[in-house]
Amino acid sequence: MAQSLALRAALLSIAFLAAFLALWQFAVSGTGTVADMDPEYAKLMGKTATQGTSAMPGPMEVGKKLWEHLRRPFYDNGPNDKGVGIQLAYSIARVLTGYLFAFLLAVPLGFLIGMSPLMSKALDPFIQVLKPISPLAWMPLALYTIKDSNASAIFVIFICSVWPMLINTAFGVATVRRDWVNVAKTLELGTWRTAFQVILPAAAPTILTGMRISIGIAWLVIVAAEMLVGGTGIGYFVWNEWNNLSITNVINAILLIGLIGMVLDQLMAQLQRLVSYSE
Amino acid sequence: MSFDDPFDPHRPMQRSGCACGQHKSQAEHEAAAKLDHDQRIKRVVESAVVRAVFPNDMERRGFLQAVGGATAMAALSQFFPLGTAMEAFADTGKIEKKDLKVGFIPITCATPIIMAHPMGFYSKHGLNVEVIKTAGWAVVRDKTINKEYDAAHMLSPMPLAITLGAGSNPIPYTMPAVENINGQAITLSVKHKDKRDPKSWKGMKFAVPFDYSMHNYLLRYYLAEHGIDPDKDVQIRAVPPPEMVANLRADNIDGFLAPDPVNQRAVFDGVGFIHILSKEIWDRHPCCAFAASQEFVTSSPNTYKALLKAIIDATAFATKNENRKQIAEAIAPANYLNQPVTVVEQVLTGTFADGLGNVKKVPDRIDFDPFPYESFAIWILSQMKRWGQIKGDVDYAKVAKQVYLATDAAKLMEEVGLKPPASTSKTFSVMGKTFDPAKPEEYVASFAIKRT
Repeated sequence: MAQSLALRAALLSIAFLAAFLALWQFAVSGTGTVADMDPEYAKLMGKTATQGTSAMPGPMEVGKKLWEHLRRPFYDNGPNDKGVGIQLAYSIARVLTGYLFAFLLAVPLGFLIGMSPLMSKALDPFIQVLKPISPLAWMPLALYTIKDSNASAIFVIFICSVWPMLINTAFGVATVRRDWVNVAKTLELGTWRTAFQVILPAAAPTILTGMRISIGIAWLVIVAAEMLVGGTGIGYFVWNEWNNLSITNVINAILLIGLIGMVLDQLMAQLQRLVSYSE
Repeated sequence: MSFDDPFDPHRPMQRSGCACGQHKSQAEHEAAAKLDHDQRIKRVVESAVVRAVFPNDMERRGFLQAVGGATAMAALSQFFPLGTAMEAFADTGKIEKKDLKVGFIPITCATPIIMAHPMGFYSKHGLNVEVIKTAGWAVVRDKTINKEYDAAHMLSPMPLAITLGAGSNPIPYTMPAVENINGQAITLSVKHKDKRDPKSWKGMKFAVPFDYSMHNYLLRYYLAEHGIDPDKDVQIRAVPPPEMVANLRADNIDGFLAPDPVNQRAVFDGVGFIHILSKEIWDRHPCCAFAASQEFVTSSPNTYKALLKAIIDATAFATKNENRKQIAEAIAPANYLNQPVTVVEQVLTGTFADGLGNVKKVPDRIDFDPFPYESFAIWILSQMKRWGQIKGDVDYAKVAKQVYLATDAAKLMEEVGLKPPASTSKTFSVMGKTFDPAKPEEYVASFAIKRT
C-alpha cells in the first residue's frame, strides 16, 4: 500500500507538471496585434514589436536554453560572462563560508545562553532587536565598513543565518530534560563532560533544526545580495540577464536556484536524521 | 631673449621654458610632443649627455659642424653608454602596477572603457586591465572608494559630488577624461504617444539613473523650461539603467531620461518611444566620465598616465563614424553590455527606429570627446546649487580645476597624437540660454524654478 501511494503521488506530480507546462505553452503561444511597419524600420525592431510574439518565453525555449547551460556549465569568457556552473559554485562557496562562521558563533553562544539563565536574560534584548533586521539592510553598512564586496556578501549571509541557529541551540539546551542533567550530577560528571556527553546529544535535533532553517535563509539571501553587489554568483547572473531582459535565462536561473536550495535542505535533513532519537 | 608676444596669455614670458615647464622653449616643447615615447626619451638623454660634454653651446655647435652629427654621436657613445642611460631614464616611466580593475555600468556611455579591452587599447599601453560590470552607481562609487577598482566609469557629476562630500564622505576625486558627449534621450511609454508637449506631463513618474547625474540635471532643466516644477509637479526617482525598461513595461514609470542602450532597448521591445535626444537640450553635453581617486593619481602616476592614454586613444577611435559598427559588435556580447547587436549598432551609428514608426538618421546621436572642459564642471555645480544638492558658497572655479584635470588631459592628448582644444573652458548654450562660466551665481539666480 505504501509503495502504491508513492507511485500514485509520483504519477500525480507528473500530471501536475504536464498540466502546468501545457498551460504555460498555451498562454504564451498567441500573437498580439502588429501594426504595419516599413520594412527598414522593422529591421531595427525586436520580435515582440514586429511579430507580436509574447515577451514571455515558452517552456520549449526555456528547456532548450537550459540544455545549452547544462552542456557547458563551466565556460569562462572573461570576468562578466561565466558559465552557470561557475556562478553557482561562487554562490555556494559564499553561502558555506558565511554559514560556517555563523555556526562557529551561534552554537557555543547558544550553549551559553541555554545553560545560563542570567546570560539568556542579558542577551535577549540584543537578539530580539537584531533578529528581525532584513539581511539586505546590512548591505550598505557592510560595504562601507568592510570595504570589500565579497566579504560584505559573506557577512550578510553570516548575519542572517546566525539567529535561527542561536535561538534553536539555546532553546534545545535549555529544554534538555532535567532528569538527565540531574543523573549526570549524581554521577559527578564535570561541566564539560555534561555539556558534550549529555546536553549536546540531547539538544542535537533542535540544533539541527535551527541549522536547517539557517541554510534555507542563507540560500534565499545570497541571490539578493549578489544582485546588489554584482561581479559573480548566481544572483549576479540573474541581474545580468535581467539587464538583457532575457526572461528565458532568468527562468532557468530560478529553476537552478530552486534545485540547489532543495539539495542543501535535503543534506541538512539527512544530518538531522543521524542525530534524532526517540525517547 | 624671447620675441614672443608678451601679451599672449598662453605663453610664459620667462626666457627659458614652455607651457609644460619641461622644455627650454615653446618650440622645443611642440617638437617633443610630436615624437613618440621612445624617441622622446632618446632625445632627452642624448641632449643631457651632449650638454654635459659641451657646457658651452657655441663649442658644441662648432664641434658638430666640424665632424658632423653622426660622427659626434658615435664618438660620444664610445665612452658614454647612451643605451644604458636611456634604459635608466625610461625606467622612471615604468608602470607601477600592471594589473588593474576598472568598473563599468553596462551602457554605451562606457564605450571607450569597455572597447579598450576587446580591441586591445589597454594592452597597447602596457596594461592588463579587467573591466568589471557593476550593478549601480552607488556600488561603483563604494567599490572605487574601497579600492576594489583602481578607476571607474562614473557619471560626470559624481567626482564633483564625491569631492564635495554631497551624498558621501568627502574624498578628493579626479576626473581626467570625459567619455561621451550626447547619447542620452527622453523615452516615454508608448501609451503617452500623443503627449508630446511637456506641459501635459504633470503627475507623471520619471526615472533617472542617479541623483548626481547629467540625466537628472538635464531632465530637471528641460521640465523647468517648460514650466513644470521637477519636485512638485512630477516625481523623479533614481533607477539603475538596466532596470528601467522592465519598470517602463511594468507601468511603474511613465518615462525616463536615460543613457543608451536603454532608450533604444525600450523601442526595440515596443514599450517606449524616443521623445527627444539629449542633444536637443544641450548639444555636445558631457555625460559619463572616467574617474579615479586623487590617491591613485599621485601614488602611481605612470600607471595613471598609461591608463588615461589608453582611454583617450580608444575615445579617439570611437569618434570616427566608420569604426562604430565594429565597436558595436565588440561591446554587445554578454561579457560587456549584454544586448542585441542591432540595438547597440542603432545607438552608435545614429540610424535608429524612434518607436513611432520612423527611421531617424542622427550621426552625432552619441559622440566621444575626452576633453574635460572646466566649464562643464561649473555648469554641473551650478545645477547642484540650483536644486539644493549643495548649500552655501561654492568656489566653482577652484573645485572645477581640482577635479576636472583639463591640463593633464591636454598633455596626454598631444602625446597620443590628438589636438587638444586651446582653452580649458568654453561657453555653450543649453536650450538657447547661454552659460557664462565666469558668472555661475548669476546663472543660478536667473532661473524661475529653483531650490536655493
